[in-house]
Amino acid sequence: MKPPPFAYHAPTTLDEALQLMAEHGYGAKALAGGQSLIATMNFRLSIPSVLIDLNRIRELDYIEPAAGGGLRVGAMTRHAQVEKSELAAERAPLVHDTMPLIAHPQIRNRGTFGGSIAHADPAAELPAILRALQGRVKAQSARGERWIDADDFFVGLFATALEPDEIVTEVQLPPMPAHSGWSVQEVARRHGDFALVAAFALLSLDDKGACRDVRLTFCGVGEGPALAPSAAAALKGQQPSEQAIKEAAAAATNDVDPPGDVHASSQFRRHLVKILAERALSTAAARASGKEV
Amino acid sequence: MPQTMKINVTVNGVAYEREVEPRLLLSDFIRHELGLTGTHVGCEHGVCGACTILFDGLAVRSCLMFAVQADGHEIVTVEGLAPDSEHMHPLQEAFWEAHGLQCGFCTPGFLMTLKPFLEQNPDPTEEEIREAISGNLCRCTGYQHIVDAVKLAADKMKEAAS
Repeated sequence: MKPPPFAYHAPTTLDEALQLMAEHGYGAKALAGGQSLIATMNFRLSIPSVLIDLNRIRELDYIEPAAGGGLRVGAMTRHAQVEKSELAAERAPLVHDTMPLIAHPQIRNRGTFGGSIAHADPAAELPAILRALQGRVKAQSARGERWIDADDFFVGLFATALEPDEIVTEVQLPPMPAHSGWSVQEVARRHGDFALVAAFALLSLDDKGACRDVRLTFCGVGEGPALAPSAAAALKGQQPSEQAIKEAAAAATNDVDPPGDVHASSQFRRHLVKILAERALSTAAARASGKEV
Repeated sequence: MPQTMKINVTVNGVAYEREVEPRLLLSDFIRHELGLTGTHVGCEHGVCGACTILFDGLAVRSCLMFAVQADGHEIVTVEGLAPDSEHMHPLQEAFWEAHGLQCGFCTPGFLMTLKPFLEQNPDPTEEEIREAISGNLCRCTGYQHIVDAVKLAADKMKEAAS
């Protein structure tokens, strides 16, 4: 239960960190909040030879408005700061509503927004939110920078499109579409534990009150944050009636293949997918039509 | 010889300078290097909350940080909670009076979690209290007496402030 030895660097600027990542490549790990990485190092599941600690880089700690009503979150912004941010509450209400469900207060004081995205835990909320909102990730290396769409960023179990010398420096969330509503619905064994399943919905209505666009995602159901395209297709163009939402939620069970483990069977997770999808879609639809939920 | 680094840390108002290996956990630094064994180590992977300390005023798990990360920072452990050797902190008094502990192993973590919580939220509801302690495990009390103790502590702290 003690981490193996490693060489430690604590750069104070991003440029310095990127140089170190370039120099050390595969053997190096960027240390953000450490709330997953240090736990796995304690278990010796993760054995990096070099740790590049990003915690002294002040320039990656910010929550700022993005053009057109979106939100920019610096990778080293702590969960607790996002939770308290009025700007995040206003511009990314799905993120704001989900923050209290992410781990416990002590973890949120230390864990970071970018770290959770880069870690890509299939049970974590933020990757699934990023897919629901169609956000994007800024990846930087000494070679330059690039933007990666959420749908392309998560490629498998704890796996992302990041190259070994790249780090996540910013996460951008687009503005909420007009006449849209959102919802998060989660079931966990204990408040703050990883979700058995959580559903995230973003739904917008056209001027006739029919569903213009639907994004439904899940965490806890597979190798990464899962998108439910059949559920979205079933609802698109329809009035969000109770029956239409029930059918879309049933379709969502065809979009996922949840694993069974010690916490919950595959069958139970599939059951949760349907129930939580139904709740998330109906709450999002109610919000989109201007109802207080 | 493994790489070591010099760190300067303030713990409970006392400045310490030590040479440490980068892999030394902050929890082990506090216990073994500084001899402050009030900070308990339960799971060592961020689940039980027994090792909770204040890092620059915020409750964090000391088993999920390295001692080198504390260089230049300020820490408070359970030993720094009481105002002096004659008096306990209102939280400590309340845990005592309301039977908020049995074996006591989890208690330092609870106290350090609750100190900033009550300072920010002096009049919490039961639900808020339960959420605040959701990251701390207690295998003795069933939590009810801990919740009672937090309510009592809130009353004591409000009384002291008025």
